[in-house]
Amino acid sequence: MKTLEEINQIRKTKREELDLRVNLDAKTREKHILVCRGTGCTSSHSPKIIETFQRLIKEKELKNVKVIQTGCFGLCAKGPIVIIRPEDTFYALVTPEDCEEIINTHLIEGKLVERLLCKDIDDTVVKRLDELNFYKKQKRIALKNCGIINPEDIDEYIAFDGYKALEKVLKEMTPEEVIKTISESGLRGRGGAGFPTGKKWEFTRIAEGDQKYVVCNADEGDPGAFMDRSILEGDPHCVIEAMMIAGFAVGANKGYIYVRAEYPIAVHRFQIAINQAKDYGILGKNIWNTGFDFDLEIRLGAGAFVCGEETALLESIEGRRGQPRVKPPFPANKGLWGKPTLINNVETYANVTKIILNGAKWYSSIGTEKSKGTKVFALGGNVNNVGLVEVPMGTTLREIVFDIGGGIPNGKGFKAAQTGGPSGGCIPAEHLDTPIDYESLAQIGSMMGSGGLIVMDDTKCMVNLAKFYLGFTVDESCGKCTPCRIGTKRMLEILERITEGKGEEADLYKLEKLALSIKKASVCGLGQTAPNPVLSTLKYFRNEYIAHVRDKKCPSGECKALANITIDSDKCKACGICKKNCPVGAIIGEPKVVHRIDPDICIKCGTCVDKCPFHAISK
Amino acid sequence: MGNTCKCGNNGKDEKLEKILDKYTQDKSNLIQILNEVQEGYGYIPEKAQMRISEYLNMPMAEIYGVITFYSRFTLKPKGKYHIAVCLGTACFVKGSEKILDRVKQKLGIDVGETTKDGKFSIEATRCIGACGLAPVFTINNEVHGKATVKKVDEVLDKYMKED
Repeated sequence: MKTLEEINQIRKTKREELDLRVNLDAKTREKHILVCRGTGCTSSHSPKIIETFQRLIKEKELKNVKVIQTGCFGLCAKGPIVIIRPEDTFYALVTPEDCEEIINTHLIEGKLVERLLCKDIDDTVVKRLDELNFYKKQKRIALKNCGIINPEDIDEYIAFDGYKALEKVLKEMTPEEVIKTISESGLRGRGGAGFPTGKKWEFTRIAEGDQKYVVCNADEGDPGAFMDRSILEGDPHCVIEAMMIAGFAVGANKGYIYVRAEYPIAVHRFQIAINQAKDYGILGKNIWNTGFDFDLEIRLGAGAFVCGEETALLESIEGRRGQPRVKPPFPANKGLWGKPTLINNVETYANVTKIILNGAKWYSSIGTEKSKGTKVFALGGNVNNVGLVEVPMGTTLREIVFDIGGGIPNGKGFKAAQTGGPSGGCIPAEHLDTPIDYESLAQIGSMMGSGGLIVMDDTKCMVNLAKFYLGFTVDESCGKCTPCRIGTKRMLEILERITEGKGEEADLYKLEKLALSIKKASVCGLGQTAPNPVLSTLKYFRNEYIAHVRDKKCPSGECKALANITIDSDKCKACGICKKNCPVGAIIGEPKVVHRIDPDICIKCGTCVDKCPFHAISK
Repeated sequence: MGNTCKCGNNGKDEKLEKILDKYTQDKSNLIQILNEVQEGYGYIPEKAQMRISEYLNMPMAEIYGVITFYSRFTLKPKGKYHIAVCLGTACFVKGSEKILDRVKQKLGIDVGETTKDGKFSIEATRCIGACGLAPVFTINNEVHGKATVKKVDEVLDKYMKED
């Protein structure tokens, strides 16, 4: 147990000690080697890197050097990432074998390890993190601590204003004032729908009930999105603190966080954070003698996309099949076990502490007229800088894809960006300059969604993509209502027909008609938005659908049934590269004899098309 | 594999009892318990379902309903080497379909199946979060990133030679 005074003392001393993490000119002889332990870098062996550094520091008896595990730095494409502070040197694609050189050259001799420095897209060598184009247009609010603190050490969180917002709320504010601040900040739900957060809190506050609950939705189901996971992995305490503030504001003393079981690192770190907060007396009874109690528990999901829908999530917390409830009544009135319940998404909570500390005015000065603050996106797909980015609302798609994302790899062109995952839509090049906010994305047939942003190059087939998303929703439809259960299945069948070359033009009208009915008649958000990927691709890439149904051709060659891989005998130089790379031995040919493909063996993987130096093979 | 019943005289499976001991008999604990059983056994054996049904005082049908609703729970044991190919959007855009096709072709089984010798099983999973390494597949949680059809062959050949 720690008193408030003790916590304030930790903040002071620890903040001085950690000044080198955020201050380039920190007056210290200490060096901190920060190693990313987010899921991405962990998958490429960052734990081994930490181990190796620790061993070397011990062996070489280096004083004043510490190795720290942190959350995601954002630039996953360059992972594993190692950053040395205070000088902020950024080493990319580090392997455990590189550690000794970093120790010897950088930390002992004081010189840079040139070969490990990160190269920007324009090939300039970057010495410091903030010099990278990737970071220049970003503004980190929700991700403020990610990559700076050790998420498994509560003291480090406290050092950077941690639990200060809670102190302010419990000691100086009334619940009404807290809600007023959140409302005035303009914060809207980051889960995707964009409902004003302050209003949600107010509804729950005025709802009548002897017991109320606060829930955090961390069931990030959009495949290809990892914003919430990164926040939980990199800064779990900020979610705990915000949930407590929400609890105080709405009158709840019990919280649940619902996390996907597929996020073991996030779950592990969040549990550590809860335990530490309990040890410090931050979670528990009569916190800091204010009379406020709060307890928090983790509930694991088990792989059901629909559980991201708030009422389905409540069903799942209660231990049942995650089938949505009919609304109204809304969770604010009748939620968990029938009691008033506040549900917000991880990223929404991650903004709360900053709003309390810096004020509503500060927050609402960022963003667009109706969408305030920043949004975190998981940038993925055919883009150079795959990673996690946080930008002010109103940033254009072009800035995100080209300035931050570094454009499309392999000299290919931009075809579309997909936001909102299986509920969203594809945005074509003509809308690249749309400033991103809730309204503008809806206007062009997509949606903000939770923050997945997948970029596609010009070799991708949009019909196949629509089929992919429909396949996903068919798998994930809970089966409660007919339009979603049966309607999406019928849509998928039509799309399968089209991609197999068995479609007709009338199928396109059938698709549209079905899509609109499903949108109107489904019970929950999953069904109401499931047809969006089809509708938006039909709107912007109709000519591709037409090519599939009329000419029985897939313009990008992705649809296997329509693909016909052939070698142009005029261009073939019989070099044998395709033959060597073919995984199934489908290419027949000898030196100096033009090669050909045996269609019975060919699996149409396209490896030969990519490998042929003479562009003699086409789909 | 832990799929053999360790029935002692009291007919109770110690491993399962240890899991149950951590939870109260409150029905809302069902999914948490199932998660641990799935983790510990690699699937949810019928015997475990019966015991959970008794412990939480709820019908087995209801438990079965929950198991079949969530994709993480399986009723069949997984292979010694469990291969999961990520079909998240980021991996899909980078060609994970081809990766999955090749794994299926090579092992001669479909998604959700286990080879007859119990050595391999395949799962098509949604985003595992290593989008920077896309396309990605995992074998018993070891991540293989930036996968190509050729890499699948190399990795699988290695495992196929092992016992």
